[in-house]
This record gives sequence, C-alpha cells and structure tokens, in this order.
Amino acid sequence: MIRVAVQEHNFNMAELYHELSQSPANGAVVTFTGLVREVVDTELTHLTLEHYPGMTERALNDIGQQAMARWPLGKIIIIHRIGILGLNENIVFVGVASGHRKQAFAAAEFLMDYLKTRAPFWKKEHTSAGTSWVAAKDSDQTAASRWQSSKE
Amino acid sequence: MKVLFFALLRERLGCAELVLEQNEPTTVAKVLEQLKSRSQEWRNTLDNQELLAAVNQSFVDFDATVQKGDELAFFPPVTGG
Repeated sequence: MIRVAVQEHNFNMAELYHELSQSPANGAVVTFTGLVREVVDTELTHLTLEHYPGMTERALNDIGQQAMARWPLGKIIIIHRIGILGLNENIVFVGVASGHRKQAFAAAEFLMDYLKTRAPFWKKEHTSAGTSWVAAKDSDQTAASRWQSSKE
Repeated sequence: MKVLFFALLRERLGCAELVLEQNEPTTVAKVLEQLKSRSQEWRNTLDNQELLAAVNQSFVDFDATVQKGDELAFFPPVTGG
C-alpha cells in the first residue's frame, strides 16, 4: 500500500512511524527526512517550494509503485511539503515498511533518488543576497540512473 | 489545448497558463516552436533554458503527439526533495 501527500503543513514523525509499524508482517521500518539546509557563503532565510498540482501526486504514486514492483514491501509513505519553508524545517518524508531491513533500506534510497529527479517540484532560495531558483544537480541524475542497471 | 508553465519558466515568461487553438494533432516540439514565435523574449527564454515537457501530466519526449483538449506543460528540471 502506498500513501502520498503534498501539503503545506508539517508532518508528525511519531504518527507516520506509527502508521508504518502496524503490520506484524513487517519487521523493518526505514524512514528518511529531508530538511532545509543552510547555503554556503550566503544567508538563507527560507525556501519556496512549487509543484504541479495533479502531476506531482501522480508522479509520487508512480515512483511508489515502481518500488513496490522491485522489492517485497508492506507499505510506503511519501510526504512532500510545499510553500514557504524556513531553515531547518522538514521538506520531505519517505518511509518504508517491509519484512526485512535490506529491502527497506534499498527502497527508501530508491524512492528519494527517483523523487529528486522525476517528481515535479521546484525550489527557490531566498537569501540575504536575493532570490534564485535552485539548479538541478548532475549528481542526482547519476544517483537515480544507477537503479536502471541494477535490481539491488 | 491548455499550456502550463512552472517555476523559473513561469516567472521569465510572465505566464502560468495559456490556451492555444489547435484542431489538428501536432507535436510538443511544434507547439514549442509556435510559442517561441510569439516574441523575441519568449524565444530567448525558451531557447536558453533546459526544458522538460509533460502531456496530460505524464513526462513525454518532444516528438510526442499533442492534440485538442490536451494539457501540455513545460518546466525546468525538477529540484524537489
């Protein structure tokens, strides 16, 4: 089962963990949280996160389904925040429950690699020096592409 | 056909959404050419930016077909997560 959400408000880690850990079939829960990080050499005040309503949710579901097809997983939760996000605030949550840890670790990493390159979100940085859209990183493409050549 | 623009592209073009009269099926690339011909500013913006395209909310290549009633979107490479 896959649950995705795109929302302005923060998520509650304890509730999400509870949701992931309900089935006795799942012996492993792996979670990842991405936060707003400071920017080197300039003072970041906040980010704004934009998305493509409809397509973004669809893309996240599709990424979740691809993970389900690769590994035997019990549950996936993907939550991404949008709007204005201050320094150190949560941006994204990915949680995976499965029978064993190996699949759960791999799937969580896969989900983040694919989310970063295939889900329509755009970050804009607001700093003391002005505003600028964040450029896509080649390293994110490289991280995502390695899943195309391996099943592990 | 509805055409949507997001993020940097939306800001540079000063346009989030427009409607094109399109009765015959065409391709994403041809629609893009049509948009570039709107003005020098549109041409500069669309030429100088790496673009991704989606039709009806799925990623497509630029040779993909689009037709009347479709929702076509252009946007920069994604930077979420």
